[in-house]
Amino acid sequence: MTTPLGKDLLALEPLTPEQIRLILDTAEPFKEISERAIKKVPALRGSTIVNLFFEASTRTRVSFEFAEKRLSADTVNVAASGSSVSKGETLVDTARNLEAMRIDMVVIRHSASGAAQFLAERIESNVINAGDGTHEHPTQGLLDLLTLRDRFGSLEGRRVCICGDVLHSRVARSNIWGLKKLGAVVGVCGPRSLLPNAIADLGVEVFDRIEAAIEWAEALNVLRLQLERMQAGYIPSLREYNRVFGVTRERLERAPRDLLILHPGPMNRGVEIDSDVADGPHSVILDQVTNGVAVRMAVLYLLAGGAPELADAAKGGSDR
Amino acid sequence: MSARESAGARDQRADGNRESERRDQGTGNRGSGVRHVVLRGGRVLDPSQNLDAVGDLVVADDKVAAFETAAGASYGDDYELIDCSGLVVAPGFIDVHCHLREPGREDVETIATGARAAAVGGFTAVCAMPNTQPVTDNQAAVGFVLRQGQAANAARVHPIGAISLGQEGKSLAEFGEMVGAGAVAVSDDGRPVASAHLMRTALEYARTFGIPVADHCEEPTLAAGGAMNEGIVSARLGLKGIPAEAEEIMVIRDILLARRTGGHVHLCHMSTKGSIELIRWGKERGIRVTAEACPHHLSLTEDAVDGYNTNAKMNPPLRTAEDVAAVRDGVRDGTIDLVATDHAPHHYDEKEREFADAPNGIVGLETALAVVNTWLVKAGIIDLATLIDRMSVSPAATFNLPGGSLRRGSVADVTVFDATREWTVDPAKFVSKGRNSPYAGYTLLGRVMCTIVGGRIVHRATG
Amino acid sequence: MAAKPTTVLDSRALARTLRRMADEIVELFDGVDNLIFVGIQRRGVQLSDRLADILDDREQVKVPRGSLDITLYRDDLQTVGPRPVVGPTKLPWDLNGKRVLIVDDVLHTGRTVRAALDELADFGRPSRIALAVLVDRGGRELPIHADIVGKRVDVAPTDRVDVLVSELDGSDSVVLVRREDAA
Repeated sequence: MTTPLGKDLLALEPLTPEQIRLILDTAEPFKEISERAIKKVPALRGSTIVNLFFEASTRTRVSFEFAEKRLSADTVNVAASGSSVSKGETLVDTARNLEAMRIDMVVIRHSASGAAQFLAERIESNVINAGDGTHEHPTQGLLDLLTLRDRFGSLEGRRVCICGDVLHSRVARSNIWGLKKLGAVVGVCGPRSLLPNAIADLGVEVFDRIEAAIEWAEALNVLRLQLERMQAGYIPSLREYNRVFGVTRERLERAPRDLLILHPGPMNRGVEIDSDVADGPHSVILDQVTNGVAVRMAVLYLLAGGAPELADAAKGGSDR
Repeated sequence: MSARESAGARDQRADGNRESERRDQGTGNRGSGVRHVVLRGGRVLDPSQNLDAVGDLVVADDKVAAFETAAGASYGDDYELIDCSGLVVAPGFIDVHCHLREPGREDVETIATGARAAAVGGFTAVCAMPNTQPVTDNQAAVGFVLRQGQAANAARVHPIGAISLGQEGKSLAEFGEMVGAGAVAVSDDGRPVASAHLMRTALEYARTFGIPVADHCEEPTLAAGGAMNEGIVSARLGLKGIPAEAEEIMVIRDILLARRTGGHVHLCHMSTKGSIELIRWGKERGIRVTAEACPHHLSLTEDAVDGYNTNAKMNPPLRTAEDVAAVRDGVRDGTIDLVATDHAPHHYDEKEREFADAPNGIVGLETALAVVNTWLVKAGIIDLATLIDRMSVSPAATFNLPGGSLRRGSVADVTVFDATREWTVDPAKFVSKGRNSPYAGYTLLGRVMCTIVGGRIVHRATG
Repeated sequence: MAAKPTTVLDSRALARTLRRMADEIVELFDGVDNLIFVGIQRRGVQLSDRLADILDDREQVKVPRGSLDITLYRDDLQTVGPRPVVGPTKLPWDLNGKRVLIVDDVLHTGRTVRAALDELADFGRPSRIALAVLVDRGGRELPIHADIVGKRVDVAPTDRVDVLVSELDGSDSVVLVRREDAA
């Protein structure tokens, strides 16, 4: 079963710009479906999809569930426990069991980088990475791209800065790849202890201060700062983080232009972003959520493509 | 290799080996074996005596008896003749760093399977690291490993004892008792010796027994949780990285402590450019530091991890191309004294996991010669004499072990190999129980054809 | 091997046909009260706009126009291979009680119209749905029939009937493309 995207969506890094544009273009009409009274189309009727979440996540899982149900697929949620080392079934056995149940697609979120690829290599079903460790979160990257494209028209040459804990962020990595492939200029901003040592080799501008990033950027993607980072000693305190790196109204007011504000959620209000920014006029955070369902519908739709050798038979006027 | 000759000669074996049994400590029960062997017409390459000539190497009982250059020399009926034309005849390879997993993890390797795998790889002796379950940190445990090695009747097995009880890094194990039971060195490998004070004490105490202290150089707080080298690949894959400095900080620490104590520190599995520079610094000052490098750090870079390949995961991890070049250069100029495998078998299920959860380690006994030959000799960085020095002469000298030479009267540990033979690595055919090799499917140059321990043939390549 | 297109309707004939169809539509619905035109992507949309323009002019009212992309309702999605591109659907009304005229360019097997009927059902329950097509080429695989037909043509199953509209193709016409070989 080959489609323009292949069998799986594991990451944005290996995709071509054409593939990314195809997904975004496909997502556009899907937005309209969510505005209808009956938010359902029969495109994936009869497909079985498992949401295999090893990490708790309400918003991503719910977003995928809506995408699946609006395409009329049958969905099952599995909240699996821990890693292969701790209690419970190994990832390999989980994969084999899913295969035996003839599942069509698996949406997996896992705490280990590479887990989605691990699963995809071992089962025939389509696998969609909903976040693997600190590696990538491709659908989040795509919905960020769609949101920016809706506002900017084209991403070519646009300056987008990702702010926060890039070191531990799969959202940051997906954003970096996706933005660069669509021709945007990417920057990152955060304390050096939260940026990968080799960050400059990824082809991004590095800003040590948020003021410099705000001065430079046309859009900010503000990442969530996790409490664990303070506990692990990467930064001294959340308070200091907010004082030095927080995206606040005062800092934005000094910006030379109106910046779009994005955030993958959930927000730590008062840490990486202040409430009046998150709820302010330049925030597109809620658009991100809406676009998230459309993008996920587009991905599911594209991956569920049928056998290409039957394509020609189905073409040639017989569908009128 | 002519099977006809050997078949005939073997039938004449009586139990004449019992005498040599008593004389040979560490080789144990000889069972049935040919008493006299002639390796005919090979290129005898022995750096220990600057010998590089074609001729016959004569082995009588368990010792090297003579080296005969006259063509067409004849031998009596009680000599098994092995045709070595076109092959290299070298002092037996010695691996000073491997993990045989017994006691405790016999499911992934036993001393017997490991010793046999070593023989297939051309090793006539290996040193077994003590991170077993339970840890080999006392004389009874050391004696157990020794006896299991003898019973295996393949490569010799020299036990290494732990530095600290349980390898916990708190209190010294009984070096004296362990040496008395057969230990040739001490190491907490598997783990670093985190406490500089303990390392210092170990170096001082080991002087009494004339043994090296082998350290796994890893600064634990820098390396914690790391799964691969810290660099551009780890940034792309979203894996926590182990910076080169985690190794280098301990390297310089150990060198300085060796200077202070006059002890002999042996640095395990060196992998970074910085480490090589620091070792040179130490040797220039006459400090008693020796170092080893593994075949994988001479041939593969962190790119081998791409795709989350757990068979490219080990500690220390594969580094950058710059590091590999520096380590190769270290082998060339002797900064790296010897090549060791760090053979670390793991169960298929354990490696068939998410990358971060998979255990560190790859097997290496059966591919070591071919990897070093392909990436260093074939690439023109070193010649065969240097390879043999690093894999036999130097390990014997560094750890004060029998072997490492084909001088008359030396113990007859011999490795015969074909430096021109190509073969494709298939882990399913390994003699080791471990299949975790990054070289699966690679076509390499160099194959061991015959391994002789104490005059007895313990491995013969078929095809 | 070469395909030779034959013009079935040129631009003037096409315009005449549309005017006649507009008359029939008014007659069928007895006026344009409560009537919505829904064009099927893609060329059905342009034709629907032309017809609605004619009626706007004649009846002095603005007939509401919507567009429908039926890709997601196709019955051959599982077998058609790489996913077809989905176009926009614009139907910003509740269809309960309304009268709907589906407009498409060519009626052949009837599967497109079936998909359109399914999709319309998700927008409400019209009081009446009628179908207007510019070309009916026969070859029905489902019991679907057009209320208003611009032109009937009789062609072989391997022939193609293409409607070209100036908004997308640069000219207005209906052409018949015969295939020399069966494939």
